[in-house]
Amino acid sequence: MGYLLQQLINGITLGMIYGLIAIGYTMVYGIIGMINFAHGELFMIAAFISIISFLVLGLAGIGWVPVALLIVLAATMLLTSVYGWALERVAYRPLRHSPRLAALITAIGMSIFLQNYVQLLQGARIKPLQPVISGGFQFFTDGKFTVTLSYLQILIAVLTVALMLVFTWVINRTALGRSQRACQQDLKMASLVGVNVDRTISLTFVIGASLASVAGLMFLLLYGVIDFFIGFLAGIKAFTAAVLGGIGSIPGAMLGGLLIGLIEALWSAYFTVEYKDVAAFSILVLVLVFRPTGLLGKPDIEKV
Amino acid sequence: MTSARASSATSPRSPLDFPSALRESGVVALVTFGLAFALVGFRAEDVPGGLDIRFRFDEVMAVTAVGFIGRFAWILLRQGRAFPVAVTALPFGAAMVAALLGPLYAPAAKLERFVVFGDLVVNWLLAIFALGFGGRAAWLIWHEASSITPEAREERMDRIGAAIQQASRYVGPLLLGLALALPFMPFADRRLLDIAILVLTYVMLGWGLNIVVGLAGLLDLGYVAFYAVGAYSYALLALHFDLGFWTCLPFAGIMAAFAGILLGFPVLRLRGDYLAIVTLGFGEMVRIILLNWYKFTKGPDGLSGIPRPTFFGLPMTANPPEGTQSFHQFFGLEYSSVDRIIFLYFLILALAMITNLFTLRIRKLPVGRAWEALREDEIACRSLGINPRNTKLTAFAIGAMFGGFGGAFFATRQGFISPESFTFIESAIILSIVVLGGMGSQIGVVFAAILLIGLPEFFRELQQYRMLAFGAAMVTIMVWRPRGLLAHREPTIRLEDARLKSASADSGGQPP
Repeated sequence: MGYLLQQLINGITLGMIYGLIAIGYTMVYGIIGMINFAHGELFMIAAFISIISFLVLGLAGIGWVPVALLIVLAATMLLTSVYGWALERVAYRPLRHSPRLAALITAIGMSIFLQNYVQLLQGARIKPLQPVISGGFQFFTDGKFTVTLSYLQILIAVLTVALMLVFTWVINRTALGRSQRACQQDLKMASLVGVNVDRTISLTFVIGASLASVAGLMFLLLYGVIDFFIGFLAGIKAFTAAVLGGIGSIPGAMLGGLLIGLIEALWSAYFTVEYKDVAAFSILVLVLVFRPTGLLGKPDIEKV
Repeated sequence: MTSARASSATSPRSPLDFPSALRESGVVALVTFGLAFALVGFRAEDVPGGLDIRFRFDEVMAVTAVGFIGRFAWILLRQGRAFPVAVTALPFGAAMVAALLGPLYAPAAKLERFVVFGDLVVNWLLAIFALGFGGRAAWLIWHEASSITPEAREERMDRIGAAIQQASRYVGPLLLGLALALPFMPFADRRLLDIAILVLTYVMLGWGLNIVVGLAGLLDLGYVAFYAVGAYSYALLALHFDLGFWTCLPFAGIMAAFAGILLGFPVLRLRGDYLAIVTLGFGEMVRIILLNWYKFTKGPDGLSGIPRPTFFGLPMTANPPEGTQSFHQFFGLEYSSVDRIIFLYFLILALAMITNLFTLRIRKLPVGRAWEALREDEIACRSLGINPRNTKLTAFAIGAMFGGFGGAFFATRQGFISPESFTFIESAIILSIVVLGGMGSQIGVVFAAILLIGLPEFFRELQQYRMLAFGAAMVTIMVWRPRGLLAHREPTIRLEDARLKSASADSGGQPP
């Protein structure tokens, strides 16, 4: 029982990271209908910016954890957003009216480019970081197993929930959110009624990148090691999460992320660690076969 | 065309809007600074006991300056003011080249202190960049015309693509003749042949994937899975049952086709991107299984000692086992290690040509027509009585089969395989060859494979920049030409002459 509870906690923590990345996929897909394959690389870049920020802060002597975390969070979000913006501007905007496959190939090319760019600049070795936040509550024990809820996990949960609240507010209440929903429904019509489509799409990438950047920071804090290749698997799993939840649906992305995280944690705990990725993909196939629109997606009606 | 050019050359230029040009350049410089600040400006160095940070602010400043100046030059060019760009960029580029070449020829002059960056390749890039800008500007001055519109350029490229497609009747045999003659050319050393074999492997895989992506329109991001299945089928059959390459080749194809059907069944209902992501997942699953099923595949250790192919039973070795003859003994030749490479070269050439011929012929069969119809409109196909499921399954299976053949060849060429060789990046490379070449274009695949695989191989020394350039090239080519280099799509069949003529005669119109 305790073991199961612990795995559930771990899975939810992991799932929140996936969910934050998945939102970027689902928003971009919702608006311009392309898989932003390089989104996982933004997550990776964010993790690198975070580790560099931590090191610089360590050098500057700012050691108090809350302040350091806030500064790192702000720097990472800001600088990763620049990457998200530039990515759209350089690689995707020229291809907006091209065949979808062209955009997909560009995205894959961008992903390869960014991976090698970071590898070249920061080296191929894995980068370790000393734990920034340690400790936690031991709040439950069933005699054999003590369930621990670490401060870091609490932080991740709080941060994710706060971000989701802000994000939901942005989407539902602000002008940006309105134009974004308009673009999602019909890009051409939105431009006809005066929505600045280019700006909206740019901002979508910026928002997606900043959510992914928070995920990158969390990943760094949770695992403590990163390398230039982490974006690939995290990206695929987040996309799986987005599809699982129903692509285009933002709550669906979070739900899908949580489910993928839980599946991964439980599978690793009760079956084999090696095949946890296979499990995630198998679930994806099953969902797509039996419910192709995902859990919360709207049915895709095909008109002739 | 000529009148447009004359008018643009004579029309009075609007004065340069200096503030807005500066602002635009400033924004670009700011973004460049934002991009470079963290990742270029700092480097997390591994030191004993953790990480240390190293600063590289000179590079950040240089990159920002390059961004600013480059954008400004671009604005000037866009407005047809080529002269100032030419007079600054050309000398600068020439000076850079001189400074870079200087240490090689005149070490005493200490020219290297004038180079901008610490890294040699980055300096060269900057020099090429400057020369490119300057050259473009000079070209514009020479022709006294503003740059042609993107539409005109696109149209011109389309015409070139169409012309090459038209000429493929002649170009194809010509290329084949060249390919056949290549090993006997005086300059064909072992390195060139190795590269040619690699290129041909990708050409074959590209043609195989073209069946799935180009003809049937099913986006497959996991093609490498079939490649892996083919390679492992051959390797395991050869190692456990002592079978030869030629016996195993069909089995490798059949196993891969079977894997294709296995994948095809659950995903047939999916379309477009969903299909892409599931095939991607499938490719990863195959790799993970190969990696972890240690008893069967030896996992990350890989399989080694995979037998080489024989020439009608004659092994290509210097010292054949007792009681058998080797190739050079049978034909009374001097033993040469290049013979084996040449044999492998012809083997993959033959396999690739079989793939090509098969594709060309099957396009004319009902199933091939059904694939193309399905690609264009699934609903129309359904209503015409084409069974989408079976049609897609055949496309998957046949595409996979050729992937399997390619895999068997890969295994026999390398003599060693491990899951490392079958990562997603391989699928991406094969798919980009198909798409960059122009979907469905057989000759485009050849050009794209030479461009993407052959060219970087010559720059092996620049190993660390190779994949970077590869990714950049994928983006650049797609942005420049979104439908592929030789994109030119024509209906395979169309209702010709007779009916059209009668229709136009009925309506009293002029025949075109």
